[in-house]
Amino acid sequence: MGFAAFAFYLFAITAVVAGGLVVLSRNPVHSVLWLILAFFSSAGLFVLLGAEFVAMLLVIVYVGAVAVLFLFVVMMLDVDFVELRGELSQYAPIGFLIGLVILLQLGFAFGAWEVTELAQAQRDAVTPALDQAQNTVALGQLIYTKYIFLFQAAGLVLFVAMVGAIVLTLRHREDIKRQDILAQIYRDPAASIEMKDVKPGQGI
Amino acid sequence: MITLSHYLTVAAILFVTGIFGIFLNRKNVIVILMSIELMLLAVNINFVAFSSFLNDLAGQVFTMFVLTVAAAEAAIGLAILVCFFRNRGSIRVEDVNVMKG
Repeated sequence: MGFAAFAFYLFAITAVVAGGLVVLSRNPVHSVLWLILAFFSSAGLFVLLGAEFVAMLLVIVYVGAVAVLFLFVVMMLDVDFVELRGELSQYAPIGFLIGLVILLQLGFAFGAWEVTELAQAQRDAVTPALDQAQNTVALGQLIYTKYIFLFQAAGLVLFVAMVGAIVLTLRHREDIKRQDILAQIYRDPAASIEMKDVKPGQGI
Repeated sequence: MITLSHYLTVAAILFVTGIFGIFLNRKNVIVILMSIELMLLAVNINFVAFSSFLNDLAGQVFTMFVLTVAAAEAAIGLAILVCFFRNRGSIRVEDVNVMKG
């Protein structure tokens, strides 16, 4: 067994086990940590496939942003997760059954599947040879030319998501004290200062 | 020799794990969102595997767009979750019945 095969099995088994523990672990914080492990091992699989840029993107976007966002929300919300989990859901058997059926269907599809001869001619963007352009360069040459509008649309999706998240979570609380700069500027010394003639030994 | 089928098998198992997670943790929205992330990851593995074995970069470009949508979905989903928790003080899926007629 060569090193590539060993690395594949290492990453694949880690990803599958971590994915299983994401759904099985009782504590959501542990779930998030297993999810991070699954993302890391998938990034390893992507590196093995020669897609370095997507692998690094997975580490940065998924592990660095999405998983940390999950961790943040899990820790911020004060929820009794043990109570939430309770007994194993009564839908677990039917979920297991549905998963098994889908797995069998996918197995049938993957078992009796072959590439058509037309596939080579129908490729949309043929990967350039490695001595011409590496993965990141080739992807950049593609998304900034051929897929530029899709790229812009992706940016728009992120923008809308950002605005939506801010609109959903921003709230203006009325019951806390805030600094009102305009009121401070327009405050009149004549109305707000009072002169008192303090008698000696008496105080105010 | 690692073939395309190996990668497709890993992706299929991860996808089914995600589906099973939705059924198993149907009270906890956070774990449901994580299961959806797992399913999207499986789809990404499929895309990249086909892209690599067919020498077609379009699959990796599409993976980036799936990644974008997944990040947006997670951000919006968690924002809705935080908003819901503020209003109801719970994240049980059964409590999401305010609009029930």
